[in-house]
Amino acid sequence: MGLLARIALAHLRGRVRQSLVSVLGVATGVGFFIAVAALMEGSQRDFIATLVDAIPHITIRDEFRNPAPQPIRAANPDAAVQLDGLKPKDELRGIRNARARLAALDSISGLVAAPSLRGQVVLRYGGKDMGVSLIGIEPARERRVSQLEADLVQGRLEDLHTAANAIIVGTVLAEKLGARVGDTLLASSAAGIRLRVKVVGLFRTGVMGVDRGQAYALLKKVQVLQERPNVINEIRVKVGDVYQAAVIARDLEARLGYRAESWDEANEGFLDALRIRNIILYSVVGAILLVASFGIFNIISTVTYEKARDIAILKALGFAERDIRWIFTAEGLVVGAIGAALGWGLGYLLCRVLSQVEITLQSETRTLPLYEAPAFYALALGFALASAGFAAYLPARRAARLNPVDIVRGAQ
Amino acid sequence: MRRVTLKATGLARVLPGAVPVTLVRDISLEVTAGEFVAITGPSGSGKSSLLYLLGLLDRPSAGSVEVDGQPTADMSGDQLAALRLAKLGFVFQFHFLLPEFSAAENVMVPLQRAGRLDSRAIAEWAAGLLAMLGLADAADKRPDQLSGGQRQRVAIARALANDPLVLLADEPTGSLDSVNARIVWESFADLAHKQQKTVIVVTHNAAFAAAADRRVHLVDGRIVSDRPATA
Ligand SMILES: Nc1ncnc2c1ncn2[C@@H]1O[C@H](COP(=O)(O)OP(=O)(O)OP(=O)(O)O)[C@@H](O)[C@H]1O
Ligand SMILES: [Mg+2]
Repeated sequence: MGLLARIALAHLRGRVRQSLVSVLGVATGVGFFIAVAALMEGSQRDFIATLVDAIPHITIRDEFRNPAPQPIRAANPDAAVQLDGLKPKDELRGIRNARARLAALDSISGLVAAPSLRGQVVLRYGGKDMGVSLIGIEPARERRVSQLEADLVQGRLEDLHTAANAIIVGTVLAEKLGARVGDTLLASSAAGIRLRVKVVGLFRTGVMGVDRGQAYALLKKVQVLQERPNVINEIRVKVGDVYQAAVIARDLEARLGYRAESWDEANEGFLDALRIRNIILYSVVGAILLVASFGIFNIISTVTYEKARDIAILKALGFAERDIRWIFTAEGLVVGAIGAALGWGLGYLLCRVLSQVEITLQSETRTLPLYEAPAFYALALGFALASAGFAAYLPARRAARLNPVDIVRGAQ
Repeated sequence: MRRVTLKATGLARVLPGAVPVTLVRDISLEVTAGEFVAITGPSGSGKSSLLYLLGLLDRPSAGSVEVDGQPTADMSGDQLAALRLAKLGFVFQFHFLLPEFSAAENVMVPLQRAGRLDSRAIAEWAAGLLAMLGLADAADKRPDQLSGGQRQRVAIARALANDPLVLLADEPTGSLDSVNARIVWESFADLAHKQQKTVIVVTHNAAFAAAADRRVHLVDGRIVSDRPATA
């Protein structure tokens, strides 16, 4: 071991109890960081998984991000043109060439796509009205892109084919309406069409808005209800890696021209909230480590005062300022490193304890979602060493600048 | 002409303050290799202060010090430290040892810092120095297990560890019995005469001062006499 390191360790050995307190401070910070980060990341991933399961990864809609340019503008790109009295063309919206586009999407490896027609309808049962988004689907394709089948708590996807006008609704919606499987509701669309529909299944995604505001029926039926035969206005796409969805969506939008929105774009506000949560996490842990740093600052300062004579000797013998700084900074780093190592153990233990904790949500009992990543351990170590090193560096720098003769004169 | 190892020109040191304290003034001194110099003077006359200046531990308020022909006035703190490590050995009046390390380890510190020898050679060299100062048995003891006189000699061994060109010692025999004091004094004389080192020693002891080659006498921070010592 190097001479400087041996001197540093000798100093710490002389202050075992104080060093231990600082070590425990760092360990607490590191341990809680690891546990809380695992919990935060776990719940975030759990949240996102629930969300991503409940919604399509990418939704291609019959919309354009920018309206098509007016022909006169296209003809005179540099001219200043003002147009008044424009009337929007009353076109029958929908995705053109939908079948061909679906086939094209299917041919891209890793992607599966399903068509749907989404429109607002009002469902009435027993005098209660609920507005919902009714999604027309093809069960065979739907199965590939959505979690709907797995989310069914009653009925099966094929049951949509069994009844004449079958519908699957969310549990919350059913509860609000007071309807159960087998009951017949009245659906009315903005096009003025009314249909009696029979509830053949119930789903629960865990996302409130979806469970209350969505319902599914066969694509053909919805096209009838909306008076838009053969039209689809949404293609929902499932991708392999949900964290790549945004990139793929941009690519699809460029290829197809239609607006393609990834799940994270659609839920930006929600993800911002998660980001804020992360900031809070790092601030809290930063505060713990800051307190631990005060401890380290304190003991290194004490040691430099106590060891003033040693500093005088070392400098008189020809040690450079850098050597002295190194000795005392290393002492802080040793405290930080031992603390971080203990903190790793503490964090690991806390995670084991937390993973045993059971919680009951929506009458479903499960363990706390934890996501443990080596990165958290590395990050905690980095934080701990950086703050310990900095806390020790300040008194170390002061000690290194001491003039040996001042110390000797003071000591005499 | 002998090699001039240490040269002081017009040295003064004033402690700043509301009432500035002059520690030494008008010190000009040239010391050569192989010379054994005793610095004497009453308590408070500035002997330690002068030794700090010559040992590059303190910077003069006026004047300059040259070590082995090198001017030091413009050197940085770290450059001075490097020069101390390479060419000077210093023994404080109050023998400071690193309390956590054994006598031998204390002696090895400057050797390890200089890093010129491997660990085995360092250990052998340190053992040799301790033996020369009659401390072979004390090598593994920690400072708090040593007597004052033994600590003093460990500090001397440490000052000699890097084979310095100039050895500066502040009252090195102050806490030694007469037998050990004589051993130390004779080894200083040997260092000067047989190894051609410069040895500058502060002492109160007139008999020892007389045994040096040259005696510099200070009063009130000034050199009042500088002449060959006579028995
Ligand atoms: N920090 C200080 N503040 C004020 N005066 C000081 C300080 N250090 C030393 N002095 C004064 O400087 C003068 C020289 O001190 P120095 O230690 O060099 O004397 P000395 O000859 O080594 O004495 P001794 O034989 O007692 O060791 C003394 O008068 C002392 O009182
Ligand atoms: Mg003195």
